[in-house]
Amino acid sequence: MQKKTVTIAVFAAIAVIVALAQFGVLSPYHVSVIMFMGVNVILATSLNLVNGYMGEFSCGHGGFMCVGAYVSSLCTVLMFSKNAILGAPLLPPSLALIGFPLALVVGSAFAAVAGLVVAIPSFKTRGDYLAIITLAANYIVISAINNMEIIGGPRGFMGMSATEVGMKSLVDIPWVLIFVLLGTLFTVWILRRFVSSTLGKGVPAICQDEIAAEIMSVDTNRMKLIAFMLSSGIAGLAGGLFAHILGYVNPQSFDIMRSTEIMVMVYLGGMGSLSGTALAAILFTLLMEALRFLDVWKWVVIPLLLILLMQFRPEGLMGSKELADLFPKLRKYYSFK
Amino acid sequence: MEIFQHILNALQFGSFYALIALGYTLVYGVLRLINFAHGDIFMVGAYIAFFVAVSLLGTGGLPLGTGMDPALTLALTVPVTMVLTSVVGVALERTMYRPLRRKGANRLYVVITALMAGLILENGNLALLGASRKRFPDLIEKVVWNLGGVSITNLKVIVIVAAILVFLLLEFIVTKTKIGMAMRGISYDKFAIPLMGIPLDTIIVFTFILGSGMAGLAGILFAMSYPILEPYMGALIGWKAFIAAVVGGIGDIRGAIVGGFLLGFIELGVVAVFPSTLRDLFAFSVLLGILWLRPTGIFGVAQTTKI
Amino acid sequence: MSLLEINGLTRRFGGLIAVNDFNIELGEHELVALIGPNGAGKTTVFNLISGFYQPSEGSIKLKGRDTKGLRPHQVTGLGVARTFQGIRLWGNMHVLDNIRIAQHYRLGYSLVDCFLRTKNYVHREKEIDRIAWELLEAMDLKDVAFELPRNLPYGVQRRVEIARAMSVKPSLLLLDEPAAGLNSADVEGLIKLVRWIYDNFPVTIWMIEHQMKVVMSLCSRIKVIDFGTTIADGGPEDIQKNPTVIKAYLGDDTI
Repeated sequence: MQKKTVTIAVFAAIAVIVALAQFGVLSPYHVSVIMFMGVNVILATSLNLVNGYMGEFSCGHGGFMCVGAYVSSLCTVLMFSKNAILGAPLLPPSLALIGFPLALVVGSAFAAVAGLVVAIPSFKTRGDYLAIITLAANYIVISAINNMEIIGGPRGFMGMSATEVGMKSLVDIPWVLIFVLLGTLFTVWILRRFVSSTLGKGVPAICQDEIAAEIMSVDTNRMKLIAFMLSSGIAGLAGGLFAHILGYVNPQSFDIMRSTEIMVMVYLGGMGSLSGTALAAILFTLLMEALRFLDVWKWVVIPLLLILLMQFRPEGLMGSKELADLFPKLRKYYSFK
Repeated sequence: MEIFQHILNALQFGSFYALIALGYTLVYGVLRLINFAHGDIFMVGAYIAFFVAVSLLGTGGLPLGTGMDPALTLALTVPVTMVLTSVVGVALERTMYRPLRRKGANRLYVVITALMAGLILENGNLALLGASRKRFPDLIEKVVWNLGGVSITNLKVIVIVAAILVFLLLEFIVTKTKIGMAMRGISYDKFAIPLMGIPLDTIIVFTFILGSGMAGLAGILFAMSYPILEPYMGALIGWKAFIAAVVGGIGDIRGAIVGGFLLGFIELGVVAVFPSTLRDLFAFSVLLGILWLRPTGIFGVAQTTKI
Repeated sequence: MSLLEINGLTRRFGGLIAVNDFNIELGEHELVALIGPNGAGKTTVFNLISGFYQPSEGSIKLKGRDTKGLRPHQVTGLGVARTFQGIRLWGNMHVLDNIRIAQHYRLGYSLVDCFLRTKNYVHREKEIDRIAWELLEAMDLKDVAFELPRNLPYGVQRRVEIARAMSVKPSLLLLDEPAAGLNSADVEGLIKLVRWIYDNFPVTIWMIEHQMKVVMSLCSRIKVIDFGTTIADGGPEDIQKNPTVIKAYLGDDTI
């Protein structure tokens, strides 16, 4: 029983947040901050798989998020919204509760496939050259969407809010919030399972000595494929959730600035620490909101803070340690399989 | 004849990319550091040039106004800007990169610091000077020569010639001088160089002076060619120049020049055939294709590992 | 059928011929040495066998199977494990993980198994764990199971590397200068360890080694190469007397 404490606490926390949102204790602003926290946790932990565990330097994570956002938005709009080009909704709004997670899965799948653009060259090249490939991939995604007039081009794409309306028509609870929280939980859970398995430990083996990994029977190409596709696929999930939180997306929200933000969260938390990255993502979201009053100075102060942090704690908040390494007593309260 | 016009324009744009790419490549070649702030150093260079020129001309309403002759102003603006821009570059190295290097921080943390430094330059500029754009004063009289339908402006010629001269100068410094030899030495082994009695930090500062100075020069030339300045002008052009440097083979000076001009030609080539909105898409796709085929760029040599 | 059969193996790097027309046939359960002066091409032979380099000419047959075109991890899957001249452990993962990961080729579960923690997954991971602990126990490494390799003394790191190679359950174990950098006490330990492995596992051990003490006390057969070419092959006594070998190591006696 004691071993389940953490699990129970997590689900209880989710229930409490949802309840607080439902009964209006949390303002819509607070709810949106919580949702962005979730999205940021998903983004940062998924990038950590590549940048932290595998030691590559992917700086185009925003691009994969973009693919996921647009594909899942297209799906839900096609299914549940009236759109000038895509026509009338194909399905009744009552099916939104099934359609939305399906759309998220489809978006993630497309993003994972887009991850191949980076995964395949990674067989031959590493380090800075691969970094550029990710950067170029990010730009290509953004400018491709900018040129697709059919989905709004640079003006953006909207109509996703009909999905939420559809879900609420069934039961009136904050569905998007629930999906974001569950998505976050799912991401951390699946990544944790992966990196703690012998299979997944092939990824840090590549980081620490790729030649030794390959010669000691780790199929490095397969591991790279898994790591990149898993990472970009999960980024796609974050994109899908992000699009449905806002009900509107435009390509600029996924540009290099977004990718930089995600990288910052990973390095802030510590490369190779899942709980550290998750914590950093939460802190970073809060910091961004807390410094909103600074207006244009916000983006001077935040980089300055980060630079100072890196000077004094160059390994990030947690280094490569996990929360349970710092507080061993925690282990009593969960059993991890 | 239209084709020659396109080639000329491609050369001009390629020159800007090449000048900025040189800065990336110099620093990378010595420190293996992607100095992501470099595009913003270029932007700072353009702004410095603006303030220097305006105060010398006495048109900006600044107290320093001297009412100097435009030609003389240009002659003074170029060296002053290059010096001041190098100061900015060196300041970044001294305050941010060097302490991290001393602590032996992971290379990626230095890269993130560089990214953050770039953001500070961009947004600091925006916060201090506001969002209004600055118009760069005309320092030279525009002369247009018409050669059989191709219009050549003196400015374009200056830009292209400047890029080629800078390339030759840097190539000379790196391959023929003692300090250049030290620079190449550091890129092979950072730890052995100080043991040989070579002052590591001096060489690194010199590298930053060269790289940022060239970014300053690019800033002036860019401001003269496209006289509207805004805080984010360095971001996209910087990223692109960086990709150009990598395509050429980062760390190699010839690579920066070839990559820069290549990018110029690809972009102008796309615009000549397709709508200009497709420019970035095609340019980046071609560059990605090149990197797929030649992962270390055109001049880059694959690092071999011994076991 | 012989375990390893190398015929006319040649490897060129540009103009340099690192290995030239190398031939050898190893049977099951042998203890063989490959010696030669520095730069003779010994490590290149090992790199060619492990699939890290592809041969320019010639063939390498493992249990009758040509390894041409196989990637290193596939060759390892066929039962070839090796250690490295400079130790190449995964420095930031503890010793136990180092030994677990080297069993990657026989994980026996898929990514989906890993996500869903299926019965198969749990069973396989237990098995991997069991093998790892058995090896640690047998090789006297149990106490350092949760230490990071980079914090261990050099001699222990060597032992961990050999343990990692053994976790592949190899039929051919390649040791690349296992005694390099060890003090004399550690060398004694190493000799005992190799002897113990040879006595307890059905494995052919082929080592590159400069320390004659190690080679002479362990190996029944020694192959000597210089400039990529075989100059001698035989038992320890023959090699010690062989004039070509003496010449390769000491030069001409006309001073």
